[in-house]
Amino acid sequence: MQERLLEIQGLHLNYKVYEGYLKVLNGVEFNIDKGEKVGLIGESGCGKTTTMRSIMRTLPSNAVITAGKILFKGKDILTASMDEVQSLRRNNISMIFQDPTAALNPVFKIEEIFSDIIRFSVRTSSKKLTKDEIKLKAVEALKAAALPDPERILQNYPIQLSGGMRQRVCIAMALISSNDLLIADEPGTNLDVTIEDQILRLLGNLVNERGTSIILISHALGAVKGLVDRVYVMYAGNMVEVAKTDDLFSDPLHPYTSNLFKTVPKLTGGGIPEAIKGRIPDYFDPPKGCRFCPRCDHAMPICEKETPTFKDMGDKHEVACFLYS
Amino acid sequence: MKLLPYIAKRLLYSIFVLLGLSILIFTLSRVIPGDPARLALGPMAPQWAVDQLREKLHLNDPLPIQYIIWLTNALRGDLGESIVSKRPVIEDVITFFPASFELVIFSTIISIALSVLIGAMAGRRANSLFDNLVRVFSYIGISVPTFVWAILFLFFFGYIWKMLPTLGQLSTEFTRPPFITGMMSIDALIVGDLGAFIDHFKHMILPSVTMSISRIAQDAKILRAGMIENLKKDYITSATSFGVPESRITFKYLMKPSIIPMVSIMGMEISGSMGGSFIIETIFNWPGFGRYGMWAMLNKDLNAIIASVMIVGAFFALINIVVDIIIAYLDPRIRMVERSA
Repeated sequence: MQERLLEIQGLHLNYKVYEGYLKVLNGVEFNIDKGEKVGLIGESGCGKTTTMRSIMRTLPSNAVITAGKILFKGKDILTASMDEVQSLRRNNISMIFQDPTAALNPVFKIEEIFSDIIRFSVRTSSKKLTKDEIKLKAVEALKAAALPDPERILQNYPIQLSGGMRQRVCIAMALISSNDLLIADEPGTNLDVTIEDQILRLLGNLVNERGTSIILISHALGAVKGLVDRVYVMYAGNMVEVAKTDDLFSDPLHPYTSNLFKTVPKLTGGGIPEAIKGRIPDYFDPPKGCRFCPRCDHAMPICEKETPTFKDMGDKHEVACFLYS
Repeated sequence: MKLLPYIAKRLLYSIFVLLGLSILIFTLSRVIPGDPARLALGPMAPQWAVDQLREKLHLNDPLPIQYIIWLTNALRGDLGESIVSKRPVIEDVITFFPASFELVIFSTIISIALSVLIGAMAGRRANSLFDNLVRVFSYIGISVPTFVWAILFLFFFGYIWKMLPTLGQLSTEFTRPPFITGMMSIDALIVGDLGAFIDHFKHMILPSVTMSISRIAQDAKILRAGMIENLKKDYITSATSFGVPESRITFKYLMKPSIIPMVSIMGMEISGSMGGSFIIETIFNWPGFGRYGMWAMLNKDLNAIIASVMIVGAFFALINIVVDIIIAYLDPRIRMVERSA
């Protein structure tokens, strides 16, 4: 039995805006074990990033969590004190952002950004570090992220680095304080495909070496396939399906998952891939039952009334759909 | 960016700007109606005296000749004589400029300190009670004219509560420190007259606070807006998610990118308050440069008008160079562009 690292139970979250509440997360269920690699896929605007930011407690100020728990090693992050949250951020969990250019403060040298992260992530664990020790740690982290000439990079401003280098710098930053869990929010999406591939490989190697768990959010279904053990599929604020990577790609159960796979362009024939008809629901007034119902080819009367819950289909394959109950 | 060549380049540009400014103000001051010689001597003076003065001021020569005469003299450091004070204009400048400069410096210190503090606190806690109070203050501070503040302060602090002196630079029981820099607070410190320094300092408070109110309102508002804007940026979320303490994020990672627009506005305000302080100087009876310039205008004291405009213009150009250097220092993106240009 693997040790459970993080578990999200029934997370509901609304965004308060001028016109009212956007009911975004609608009972998210998620878990990840120690050392496990988990992928998270779904359309844009499904709440993937919102879920991850709930874990880091870095939600925008208009976000309201109405129900649910996020248990990290058995302790609820949502009710933890600010000190405990800071300690988690400094030592246990870290996050890589989608756009490395936006994630690096443009008016500071890389060294300054690094030294604060190192200083505070180490302060809680042991004694204070000297300047030289901090620099040494920064150089080590940059080297680990396969960046050449780390001493020079530390003296650079983000504007002086290429997109791929910035992403590697972000990864290096995340390595410092991610002893248990690394959340990668579409790393490399803004880069070209060859660099994206390099970045994903690098991430895969790093977590393998360190035994860190990783949550990889991605639009690149192919990239997820090669890297992770299990994949969650998210739609409109719900997890709709989870399975071991191979099972999911060979035997998708939820209609949304199979539709999602059809959207992937193929190199050999087939022409332009199909898009999923319709669009994600309006979060002001989402469908009462299953949120995918209005777009689903297999919709049944019950789908409009009740929200389906995860049903175990064996071998860690779970699906939230009335077709299987 | 290499600093010295950059400054040299900017100074060279400023010389051209100042030359243009001098031609403009020279022409304007001479084409507006009214005979400066007649104004200087008064309505009772005989015509021959007026004619004599006109000849002495070269007012009968064509404009370009007049300008060239003025320019060659000015380059030699001779800005002509004031027909009101009957002294060389340069002496008037040396007397009056430092007094205003002192006020401008003091009010700049006040406005930087307060606007950074208020703006940062309001920006970090957008829509809180404090933030709403700051917004109200900003609107009032920007929209209420300076002279209203001046009169209110005079009335409350000077008359009702009698907390601070209201007029002049020094109370009568103190002797004026000798003229060394012209800034009385510094002169008093140089000669070691602590009593005079404190008394002069008290005299400075009301005029400089009046001068800084609209600036604080404006600067705090700009800083607040910048911080609210940048608070949404990924790099702030990123720093937060690495467990960097909130105060450090606010005053380091959020402040530095947000303060840049405020710095450029501030440069404008500093140079503006040098030329536009005549209302404050008049109300608080402060013998400063703004008041001097205003008197020159009203009396059509040609040499004094041109001198005061040129001094304010040069001050403006200098402050702007300093501001641009500060901004380039704060923002590497601007520095890199300058280097490649």
